[in-house]
Amino acid sequence: MSPKRIVLRFGADISDKPVIYRLVKDFNLVVNIVKANVNPRKEGTMVLEITGEQWDQGLVYLRSQGVAVQDLTEEIIRNEEKCVMCGACTAICPTGALFLERPSMEVHFDGDHCIVCQLCLKVCPMRAMEVRL
Amino acid sequence: MEKTYSEINARIKAGKAVVLTAEELISLVEEKGLSQAAREVDVVTTGTFAPMCSSGAFLNFGHAKPRMRMQKVWLNGVSAYAGVAAVDAYIGATELPEDDPLNNNYPGEFRYGGGHVIQDLVARKPVRLKAVSYGTDCYPRRELDTTITLDDINEATLFNPRNAYQNYNCAVNLTSRTIYTYMGMLNPQLGNAHYSTSGQLSPLLKDPHFKTIGIGTKIFLGGGMGFVAWHGTQHFPSIQSGDGKDLGPAGGTLAVIGDLKQMNPRWLVGTSYVGYGATLSVGIGVPIPILNEEIARYAAATDHELYAPVVDYGEAYPSRTPGNLGYVSYAELKSGKISISGKAVPTAPLSSVPRAREIASTLKEWIQQGSFLLTEPVQLLPAPADGRTANFLKG
Ligand code: SF4
Ligand code: SF4
Repeated sequence: MSPKRIVLRFGADISDKPVIYRLVKDFNLVVNIVKANVNPRKEGTMVLEITGEQWDQGLVYLRSQGVAVQDLTEEIIRNEEKCVMCGACTAICPTGALFLERPSMEVHFDGDHCIVCQLCLKVCPMRAMEVRL
Repeated sequence: MEKTYSEINARIKAGKAVVLTAEELISLVEEKGLSQAAREVDVVTTGTFAPMCSSGAFLNFGHAKPRMRMQKVWLNGVSAYAGVAAVDAYIGATELPEDDPLNNNYPGEFRYGGGHVIQDLVARKPVRLKAVSYGTDCYPRRELDTTITLDDINEATLFNPRNAYQNYNCAVNLTSRTIYTYMGMLNPQLGNAHYSTSGQLSPLLKDPHFKTIGIGTKIFLGGGMGFVAWHGTQHFPSIQSGDGKDLGPAGGTLAVIGDLKQMNPRWLVGTSYVGYGATLSVGIGVPIPILNEEIARYAAATDHELYAPVVDYGEAYPSRTPGNLGYVSYAELKSGKISISGKAVPTAPLSSVPRAREIASTLKEWIQQGSFLLTEPVQLLPAPADGRTANFLKG
């Protein structure tokens, strides 16, 4: 069975709970943490690859703990032709995947930090951020 | 020490002119001092690339057979103003398609508008032209549905009534909901701060008293050459001050004109602001002749000496409540964080500094190659000392 890719989002109240540990222990899942990030407001996001028979029960457990779970089937890419490096996305992107390099003031995109929240798709005035399925 | 336009042009023609970008001038002044730098340098180039509302183009389509006095015109579904003449129209950057959902599904996307039509034209893409009319004896035709390209039509003149804002607000949101503005998406409770000039590279910040920029000044416009046509609408130049300190200029604008056919889609880009509308991002670069030391001193102003007012777009701006939340320097804005009422707020620009740099360098190259000579203005633009101030509507 190929691993399932999911995105978890959780609020400050559960940032310190051992949910991943329980996922592995109680549901006998193999969990690979692809990305993890906690922002200054202590809200966390995590991209996981999970393998195991009881994955669906694992997801039920996560949701019962107040974690928002979403399938990750999409990837965000930047259309380099369209991006004018204005920077309008950089204070909106919640993880710093889109960031300004100083002093050049060039805008860079680091896909490893992207959690596919799609905010940049909405705010980029040049419509340079795209979803790839 | 005084230089004249013709002396500088003679040096350009002889390939001997010293041309620096505004940032290079700043380094030279640090290294050699102002007087020496002013003597050495002939021209300083500036640049800005940002969304500039109050942009548009006059188009003359040529005549159909049979002839038509176009009364209403649409380009790719976007209405152009045809109340000019039989086959003349003005396509404005912020015009939207008539079937656009606008903000009905808030916040609206505004994916395509007049600015995008202009970019498509400059990119030599075919554009659908539709027109209707009532028919006259000399212009019998009532309907037209065809495609045009920029090369097919007679004239295409970019004429932007207000561009290159000298300085602009740094926008924040003090309310408790996310707002969507022409300054981008602003998160609640000072979640972020957006600003929109290239600071020490920006054309009008480098000539605060309009000592060199005037009607007829030749400029970089949309990737080609253009001219300053007039002062821009809402041109209210002034020098900001606070605590007895000079906080740099604000309020000046330019009206610019140029032949769209020699421009480039890299420098005229259709732009969409979620929840606000569509517009056009325009690349502009203005050369500043270093006629004397005073002009050099202004052109060498750094991000530490230029300030933007911080304005609340949640409440104060929409209700036209005067005042601001203080001033921040462009050095602070570009650092990525400013402090407002004791809170650290992340900043982001809407104006591209890498593109502004590219414009200043390109203009510098054109001048060095001798393909771009400076023009002495027919008349300088109104300066802060002229005391122009804004009028407001009653009601
Ligand atoms: S907002 Fe869009 S165009 Fe601007 S830097 Fe970000 S991705 Fe590039
Ligand atoms: S989708 Fe866009 S805004 Fe969201 S994390 Fe990825 S790059 Fe940042």
